[in-house]
Amino acid sequence: MMQIFDVFLLEAVLNGLLLGGLLALLSLGLNLVFGVIDVVWICYAELIMVGMYAIYYLYAVFGWPLLLAMAAGVLLVAAAGAALHQFVIRPVLAAEPINQLLVTGGVLFFLQAAATLAFGIEFKNIGVSFPPIVVGDISFSMPRLISFGVALAGMLALYLFLKRSYLGTAIRAISQDRGIMPLMGVNPHRIFIITSALGGGLAGLAACLLVLQYDIHPAIGLSFGPITFLICVLGGLGNMAGGFVAAFIFAQFISVGGFFLAVEWGYVIAFVFFIAVMFWRPQGIWGSK
Amino acid sequence: MMRALPWICLAALAAAPLVGLGNYPLHMLIQVLLWGFVYTGWSIMGRLGLVSFGHGAFLGIGAYVVVMLWNAYGVSPWIGLPIALALTAVVAFVIGYPCFRFKIVGHYFALVTLALSEIARMLIVALRDHTGGSLGVTPKTALTESAYSLVALQFSSKLVWFYIVLAVWLGGLWVWKKMDRSMARLALEAISQEEDAAGSIGINVTRLKLGVTLISALMTCVGGALYAQYQAYVNPDSVAGIGISLQMVFGVIAGGMYVRLGPTVGAAFTLLLAESLRLMFGNSLHALDSTIYGLMLVLFIIFMPKGILGGALEAVKGKKAASPDVQRA
Repeated sequence: MMQIFDVFLLEAVLNGLLLGGLLALLSLGLNLVFGVIDVVWICYAELIMVGMYAIYYLYAVFGWPLLLAMAAGVLLVAAAGAALHQFVIRPVLAAEPINQLLVTGGVLFFLQAAATLAFGIEFKNIGVSFPPIVVGDISFSMPRLISFGVALAGMLALYLFLKRSYLGTAIRAISQDRGIMPLMGVNPHRIFIITSALGGGLAGLAACLLVLQYDIHPAIGLSFGPITFLICVLGGLGNMAGGFVAAFIFAQFISVGGFFLAVEWGYVIAFVFFIAVMFWRPQGIWGSK
Repeated sequence: MMRALPWICLAALAAAPLVGLGNYPLHMLIQVLLWGFVYTGWSIMGRLGLVSFGHGAFLGIGAYVVVMLWNAYGVSPWIGLPIALALTAVVAFVIGYPCFRFKIVGHYFALVTLALSEIARMLIVALRDHTGGSLGVTPKTALTESAYSLVALQFSSKLVWFYIVLAVWLGGLWVWKKMDRSMARLALEAISQEEDAAGSIGINVTRLKLGVTLISALMTCVGGALYAQYQAYVNPDSVAGIGISLQMVFGVIAGGMYVRLGPTVGAAFTLLLAESLRLMFGNSLHALDSTIYGLMLVLFIIFMPKGILGGALEAVKGKKAASPDVQRA
């Protein structure tokens, strides 16, 4: 009896690991945008939803090849990210920080309602299924494994871009000192737009991975949004390495907590843990004051 | 004349249902006053820079504790409400004290409180054996024999509800006024502008913030309890979680959180917008109202951050103030 129990627990831990990779990718775009522009996109998960709908319609309705539909989805969400900055964030950049938070909350409402209006509340699924991978007594879901790999690859690519390219250096520089970069001949608005597009692109990439695992519906953002913010805050807002670690911690809480109790309890425990950590280290587990 | 004006308006409001206001407009009026009260409660801390996304939790505690105690043990809402208030105070303290002590402000405060309202929603869903989960719950009716039950706080007449809600709403405005005239508000305003500087001149930052948070949370809890009793139905999404918490914040922003009637105007505006769009387009396009609503919110925050009433008052004042300025120039 004990033997079986342990195998299932191991499966929960491994699934948590795979979920962690996905959550790490989700938090990456939000952290990038916050680190550079100092704005929290409350509507980040809704951008992912837009990407999921785009992929669904291109692939399942218009019959595009899946990879092409996904590429188009990433580009679309990247464009949406840039547009979000240009038309919504830019006018309030000089306003109080909390207004920036709230204005993207308005976008959340808008996107969620517009999706309901345009696509209805039915759950949609792209209808691609993969056989599970069985290793010994443990089975993995293929999309989760793919997500994990793509998420890690995406993060590595972003890391190299920020470290090795000229543009990436400019982005990192502006995140360190917003005031001085214009004097060095960097156009901050251009960097902001590029960063927003990158953040949107990461949301689009997340959409590609989520669309393989979950049904699409207008409120899906609410099931990923809160957890993504909490991971970012837990890791220290704007701190990508911290967000990466926090994502794996959170995923274990959800997966293992959900294994012992119901799934909701996994979330409750994870959220309580989050609040406790905030009091212990308000700057995030990884951050420095 | 100007001093009497609010009283005349109030008398007109109180008399309105007696001169044959229909059932539907009366229902709308009750909703506006009830949510106006909740929004007012939120703004009491929100206007001082404490933007909370956690009020969904307090609303949920008010609604669910009272209904669950009544359904499971037959405890009257009159006893259930104080229990809910006590629980709300404990939760507000447990979240508020460390937040203020460790200077969690701005984005971080908003996101910590967001976690709180999600915890409340998840708990209600997770305890589905007792709470009915996502399907929601209805307080057991006590109206089998008579049209009202004072013990169960259930009334079939909307008129009774109207006066209860009106009284509570006026109570909320009174709290606001008291706050406005207290030294505490000046201190809190100083805190919201420059926390460290305020602390350095001897303001007890943690205590004041905690006080205003408690008042705000308790008001929200009362609002939640009344909402559940009036609607005779609640579900986790309507009284807890991120959705309702955001809705609260946005109603307040639309109306204007820096003036006393602003939150109520926000409640009236959002409800009337939703209802009129629903009447215009029917239920077939049921998300159209939220779409327009979301769009308007974005425009509001960008172009009119003080809200409808705040903006209107400023425009009136601006005209009055403009003439001397012109002379001086």
